[in-house]
Amino acid sequence: MEIPYTVKERPDTGLNNSKLGIWLFLASEVMLFGGLFSAYVFLRLGAPEGAFHEWGKELNVPLATLNTMVLITSSVTMVMSWASLKMNDFKKYKLYMGLTLLCAVIFLIVKYFEYTAKFDHHLYPSTNTFLAIYFTLTGLHGLHIIGGMIVMTYFWLPAGNKMWHSEPEHFANRIEIAGLYWHFVDLVWIFLFPILYLL
Amino acid sequence: MPEPFWRKYIFSQDHKVIGIQYGLTALAFLFFGFCLMMIMRWQLAYPETPVPLIGEFLWENGILLPEVYNSLGAMHGTIMIFLGVVPLAVGAFGNYFVPLQIGTIDMAFPKLNMTSYWSYFVGGVIMVASFFTPEGAARSGWTSYPPLADFEPGQTLWLIGMVFLITSSLLGSINIIVTIVQLRAPGLTWMRLPFFVWTQLVTSFLLVLAFPPLEAAAVLQLMDRVVGTSFFLPSGLVVSGEIISATGGGSPLLWQHLFWFLAHPEVYVLILPAMGIVCEVIANNTRKPIWGYKSLVYAAIFLGFMSFIVWAHHMFMTGMGATMSAFFQTTTMIISIPSVIILTAFFLSLWGGSIRYNTPMLFALAFLPMFGIGGLTGLPLGLAASDISLHDTYYVIGHFHYVVAPGTIFALFAGIYYWFPKMTGRKMNETLGKLHFWPSLIFMNGIFLPMFIQGLAGISRRLWDGGAIYSHAADTLWLNEVMSVSAWLLGLIQFVFIVNFFYSMKKGEKAGRNPWDATTLEWVAPSPPIAHGNFESDIEVHRSAYEYSVPGRKRDFTPQTEPKKSDN
Repeated sequence: MEIPYTVKERPDTGLNNSKLGIWLFLASEVMLFGGLFSAYVFLRLGAPEGAFHEWGKELNVPLATLNTMVLITSSVTMVMSWASLKMNDFKKYKLYMGLTLLCAVIFLIVKYFEYTAKFDHHLYPSTNTFLAIYFTLTGLHGLHIIGGMIVMTYFWLPAGNKMWHSEPEHFANRIEIAGLYWHFVDLVWIFLFPILYLL
Repeated sequence: MPEPFWRKYIFSQDHKVIGIQYGLTALAFLFFGFCLMMIMRWQLAYPETPVPLIGEFLWENGILLPEVYNSLGAMHGTIMIFLGVVPLAVGAFGNYFVPLQIGTIDMAFPKLNMTSYWSYFVGGVIMVASFFTPEGAARSGWTSYPPLADFEPGQTLWLIGMVFLITSSLLGSINIIVTIVQLRAPGLTWMRLPFFVWTQLVTSFLLVLAFPPLEAAAVLQLMDRVVGTSFFLPSGLVVSGEIISATGGGSPLLWQHLFWFLAHPEVYVLILPAMGIVCEVIANNTRKPIWGYKSLVYAAIFLGFMSFIVWAHHMFMTGMGATMSAFFQTTTMIISIPSVIILTAFFLSLWGGSIRYNTPMLFALAFLPMFGIGGLTGLPLGLAASDISLHDTYYVIGHFHYVVAPGTIFALFAGIYYWFPKMTGRKMNETLGKLHFWPSLIFMNGIFLPMFIQGLAGISRRLWDGGAIYSHAADTLWLNEVMSVSAWLLGLIQFVFIVNFFYSMKKGEKAGRNPWDATTLEWVAPSPPIAHGNFESDIEVHRSAYEYSVPGRKRDFTPQTEPKKSDN
C-alpha cells in the first residue's frame, strides 16, 4: 500500500509530506543555530569592551565577501535547476545543478584557505572566545554545506536520471526540498558574515 | 515472497515493529536505570558497608566508591529520561498508536522512522559502553553543569551519545507531526482526534524546537573538552588549587540556559503523552465522554507554548536578579493552570461514571493523585524565595519523581495493559496485574514521600553518605532505610509484571478486535493489526472520539467509524 500525499498535496493543508517535513526540520535548524547565536551574544557581552571587535580584525573580509557572493549565486542556480525540471528540461537541470555543486566546492576551498591562514598565525579555537565561536559556527555551517553537497551529488549522478524518468513529479519535489535546505544554509551564512566579519 | 527475518523484525520499516522495538528497548533501559538506583540506595541506607551480591566483583572490598556513586547518579537520570521514559512514551506508544488512531497505514516517513530507532539504539549503546571504558561513565549529573563537566572523565562519550539521542528524537518527532497533520483519515477533523494524538502532537513540537539548543550546547561542551575552547570556563578559574590553563572568558551560566531551555520542555515531553494515555483509559473505563475535551486540547497547546518560557526557574540560585526571577516566577505560576485544567477534567470525568476497575484503569486512577502531589509540591520550587532553601535538596528529588515515576511511569503501565491486546491479540492477566499494581503504589510512595521530609530538613541531593555529615538532620536519617527497602521491593515486584508480560504473550486470554468496547480507530483494526497496512479497508470517520453511553443508543459505545445514520 502507498502512503498518501508523498507526491501530491493534501487539499486541506496544501502541502505534501516531504514539504512539511523539511519545514519542520528547518525550524529545528533555526533553533540549533539560534542556540549558537545566543551563545555568541552571551560571550560577546561577557568579553571586555571592544575585545570581540579587536579579535575579529584577524578575519579576512574580502575572502568572506567573495564566499557570500558564491553562496548567493549557488542559491540562484539551485532555483534555476528546479525551474528547469518544472519546464521539463532535464539537460538544463543537469547544468544548473552542476553549477550549484561547483559553487559549493569553491566555497569550501576558500574556507579551507581561511582556516589554514588562521592556523599558520597560531590562531586556534582555544586562542580566545571569539575564535572559539567563529570556528564552531563556521565549522558547523561547513558541515551543513557538505551534507547538502552529498544529497545534491546523489541527485546529479545517474541515480537522478533514473528517478526523473520513472517519477518526474516526485523528482522535481525532491529537488525543491533540497533547494529549501540549500537556501537555509545560504541564509545562515548571510547571518554569519556580518556578525563574525563585520561587527 | 515472504520478507526475510532481518527485514521483518530488525530493519523493519513498519511502524508497529519499530514501535515494539522502541518499547522493548526502552523497558530494558528503564529496568537498567532502576538497577543503578538500587545500588546507590544501598550506600545511602548503609553507608560504607559492602554492597551485597555484586559489590565484591566490582570494587575492592565491595564498598561503592564515591566517584562511581556519582556516575550511577548521572547515568540513572540520563537513562531514565532519554533512554527510558521518552522513547517509551513517544517512540513506542507514539509510533504504534498514532497511525492507528488516525486511521492510516503507516508513519509518513518509514525510512526515517527506522533511522530514528537505530540512532536511539546507537546512542544507548554508547551510554552503556561508557561504563566499561577506563574513564568510566559520566559523573557530573544528568544536567552536566560546567565547569565540573568540562573536566570530569567520561563526559565526552556522554556528549556523543546525546548527539545520537537528539538526532533520533528529532527524526521521530518530525515524523509524528507530519503523520498527524497529513495522514488523518477522511472525516477525522482536528476536534475529533483522540486526546492521545493531541498530546503526541504537542510533545513532538516541543522535541523539535527544544532539543536543538541542547545539541548546540553539547557541541560547545565537546569543543571545550576536545579542542580546548573556553565556552563554559570563566577566566581565572581555580581547579584543585591551580589556575586552569585554558584562556577563559566563557560562562558556566551559558550552559545552564541552553540546557534548561531543553530540559524544562522535556518535563512536558515526559508528562503530556502520559496524560494522553490516561485520558484514553479513563474515557474507556468510565464509559463516559471525557469531560471538557476542548479545554483539554487548548490546555495542552497552551502548556506546550508556555513551557518555552519558564526555564530559568531552575536557576534562581545563580543570582540572576529580582526582575528576571519575578518574570520566571510569574510564568511558572501561569503554567500550573493548564496542568490543573487537565487534571480537573480527568477528575470530573470520573463523576457519575460506572467505573470498571481493571488493571489499566487502576494505574490511570493512581496517576491522578500521584501527579497531583508531584505538581503541587512543585509550586514552592517555582517561587524564588522558597526555592532558595529547597534547591538541591531531597525535596526536589521527591517532587519530580512524583511527577515522573508514580506519575508518568504509572500512566505508561496503564498504556501497556490497555493496548497489550491490540499489540499481541491477547489480554494480560488481571490477577497478576493487580498484584503488580497495589505493591507498586505502596512502594513508590515508600520511596518518594520520605524525600519531602528529608528535603525540608535540609539534606542535599548529592551526598554519597546519605546525609550522615548533617547533624541538624540526624533525626530524619532513619528514613533512608525505609526508602531503600521500598526501592528494592519495588524492583522485586516488577518481576510480576515481567512474568505477566511474557506469559500473556503466549498464554493470555484471547482478545478480539475490541476487547474493551472502545470507540477509537485502533480498535477497528484486527489484533495485531495487519503488517504494512493496519486495516482491512479504508477508514472513514463520522464522529468524535469518545461517544460512550450516548442516551438512546443500543450499545454504550459508538466507534468513530460508525455512520451517523445508524444513530437511534
